[in-house]
Amino acid sequence: MDEFLRILTQSLAELIAPTTAAYALAAIGLNLHFGYTGLLNMGQAGFMLLGAYGFGIATIAGAPFFLALLVALVAGLIFALLLGIPTLQLRGDYLAIVTISAAEIIRWIGRSTWLQEWTGGASGLQGRNYKGTFQDLSPLPDGRTVIGPLEYINTGSDSWWTRIFAWGVVALALLFVWLVTRSPWGRVLKGIREDEDAVRALGKNVYSYKLQSLVLGGMLGALGGVLYVLPITIAPDAMGRTMTFFVWTVLLLGGAATVFGPVLGAMIFFGAYMFMRTGMRALSENTGVGDVISTTNVEQIGGMLVGITLMLLVIFRPQGILGNKKELAFNVR
Amino acid sequence: MTTDRPTRAIALRRTVAALAIALAPAVLASPPAQAAPGADAAHTSSAATSTTATRLATDVATDCKPDDSTACVAVVVMNDAGDRIADAEVTITGPGGFDETVTTTADAPASVAVPEVGRYTLTLDPASLPAGEQLPDGASTELQVTAQTGGTGRAAFQVGGEAVAPESPSAEATTTAPGGDEGTDAGTGTTTEGDGVATAPEGDASERAFSWGQVWQQFGSGIRFGLLLALASIGLNLVFGTTGMSNFAHGEQFALGAALGFIAINQMGMSIWVGGLLTIAVCALTGVAQDAAIWRPLRRRGTPVMQLMIVSIGLSITLQYVIQLLIGGGSERILSANPRPLTLLGITLSTTSWISMAVALVCLIGFALFLTRTRLGRATRAVSDNPALASATGIDPDKVVRVVWILATAFAALAGLMWGISFGSFNWQLGVQLLLLMFAAVTLGGLGTAFGALVGSILIGLVVELSNLVIQSDLRYASALVILILVLLIRPQGILGRRERIG
Repeated sequence: MDEFLRILTQSLAELIAPTTAAYALAAIGLNLHFGYTGLLNMGQAGFMLLGAYGFGIATIAGAPFFLALLVALVAGLIFALLLGIPTLQLRGDYLAIVTISAAEIIRWIGRSTWLQEWTGGASGLQGRNYKGTFQDLSPLPDGRTVIGPLEYINTGSDSWWTRIFAWGVVALALLFVWLVTRSPWGRVLKGIREDEDAVRALGKNVYSYKLQSLVLGGMLGALGGVLYVLPITIAPDAMGRTMTFFVWTVLLLGGAATVFGPVLGAMIFFGAYMFMRTGMRALSENTGVGDVISTTNVEQIGGMLVGITLMLLVIFRPQGILGNKKELAFNVR
Repeated sequence: MTTDRPTRAIALRRTVAALAIALAPAVLASPPAQAAPGADAAHTSSAATSTTATRLATDVATDCKPDDSTACVAVVVMNDAGDRIADAEVTITGPGGFDETVTTTADAPASVAVPEVGRYTLTLDPASLPAGEQLPDGASTELQVTAQTGGTGRAAFQVGGEAVAPESPSAEATTTAPGGDEGTDAGTGTTTEGDGVATAPEGDASERAFSWGQVWQQFGSGIRFGLLLALASIGLNLVFGTTGMSNFAHGEQFALGAALGFIAINQMGMSIWVGGLLTIAVCALTGVAQDAAIWRPLRRRGTPVMQLMIVSIGLSITLQYVIQLLIGGGSERILSANPRPLTLLGITLSTTSWISMAVALVCLIGFALFLTRTRLGRATRAVSDNPALASATGIDPDKVVRVVWILATAFAALAGLMWGISFGSFNWQLGVQLLLLMFAAVTLGGLGTAFGALVGSILIGLVVELSNLVIQSDLRYASALVILILVLLIRPQGILGRRERIG
């Protein structure tokens, strides 16, 4: 029973973990791309990695916290422009192929020895080198705080301050997306998703709107990358294709083209993922299941289940938990 | 599909052949001259760098697997017959006060994980050598290697009375593929004998001298890469042509071929031919099964292609972890024996590589004949041109698509298997790594065109291997993807594609 409570607590803790917030923010950005505009961005992890590098490298170079955040946002903006200008006039799957390739290029450059001086190569940047400015901002007193079953230090890597900041940013992003999608600008985006030619016939510059959407969503993704690395380290290999696919699963689970979908999706996804893995590990360690499934296999089975979930989700409930089937971008090219 | 234009492909092959002939003399003239600088760069401590019996061990070490955060140093001691000598003691010292002694075995290079990248000195203890196999007079007992993260720095001591050369130069770190997490051993082709022809350089481009011999050697490696890539990406292109879906799980079909081949040939001990055929058969079955279970029902429902694409991403994630479950997380080799090098036209590749290239070429030609000469092949082209019109003329698109799935998965499996055999080691991430190169190849050649995949693949293969000469080898795959993006800027329909497809 104790064991079960431990697993449950761990899964609950995952609901408000900074990583969950980071994925939620990246999914909010992807939601602008895919949910509202119908763009198939398969390189959200590239935006996140660039944001993380921008923030980390700027901080190490001596920039104050908010300037470093700005650098991360600008990195996302430039990357979106570079990707969008050549590909947004082409059919949807070209953007998918180009974005996933570009994200991989970023990762390869990050982990190569070429820019090792700044990026730290394959081993990445250590957290302690860039966390200082962020932790100095903390208004919380020293010590630890217990809320319910959760206990963290107030300020530090895995702390309440990181959580408050991360979810604060997510809340701001939600407000931004809510406002922006209700605006005339947002209605044009939805129009592009539904029927590009009709919007063009109204005299709107579809290409420009798509580019703006790609830039805004990409900047949110870059910010998500900053949130992701605040409690840990910047490791290029942790931010590859798998991350992009997880962001997609989060978005499709919660519901594309809804404001709260990405947040709900991230919480359910990571809560369930943690529950499943810790649960299976506990089963494997303590019961006869261990003879069949070793603890190393738990990660692999967990990964397989994510893949199967994504497939079933897209086939049987593509609108996700909160979504509306009519508002789905799959039908347009 | 522009299969009705085979003349272009033939013209291209002729151009390639003409280029090959034109380059050959330069290459044949250069080998003796360029053995020395390479050796100098690699091994400055020894005075004897002239004629060397270079023998680079290409095995991945048994007890140290280089990955993202690990660098390895491996050492073998060989007698003049090329056999490994067991129980010799080698002390490895390096930066940070690293000092460790390893004992060699006859099975695999002895290796050790080192904490830092940098230059390591290996010292052989002559007292530990067998009586009949001492170091030649005047030979140094020291070698130096460079260890890099994600790679193995390899050194070989040459002992035995008749060995002319004191020792072979140490190998520069053979960087595992740029993804680092992939582990393809690109150094397989670098095994050289006797005259030390064109030891394909690895590591930092700035450290080695440029020579036409190297260009030619890399050109050969590029053709090998391109042929295998073509075999794999033709399936991707066919599926795209007939169903309109970008299949993200195709990379895993490729890796599945290597993984099942590893299980059948290495672990179950089947012969290459039996194990290979079995692997291909099983993979073709997975193609039939997934078409029947997933893709055909979805097509019946009229699911949009974008949705299909995301389903294929889900399938790709699932298969990745299935492969990891099958072969584990480390790098594996299908054939554990050292590859035998074979030099043709001045290009030194392992014998298995040459066989793989021949098999790939035969399959590609056979496939071209199938598409242009047989009823079913023509039906395939008709379906990919216009499914509605094709079914109106009595072609059953479902049957054609089923055949396409069988061909696509079987070719991918064959390519994966031959990749695993001729490129040394691979790991479970091979698929995704290659998938992006396949996409680059088919986009470059023209999405949905069968011969476009061939042309694009050869070009991508050449770019990847030749870019090795000018940029760091851990960025060479990135160069292919940069080309992909440039192509989309300049000619989005690809080399052989048609404008209306890009819409």
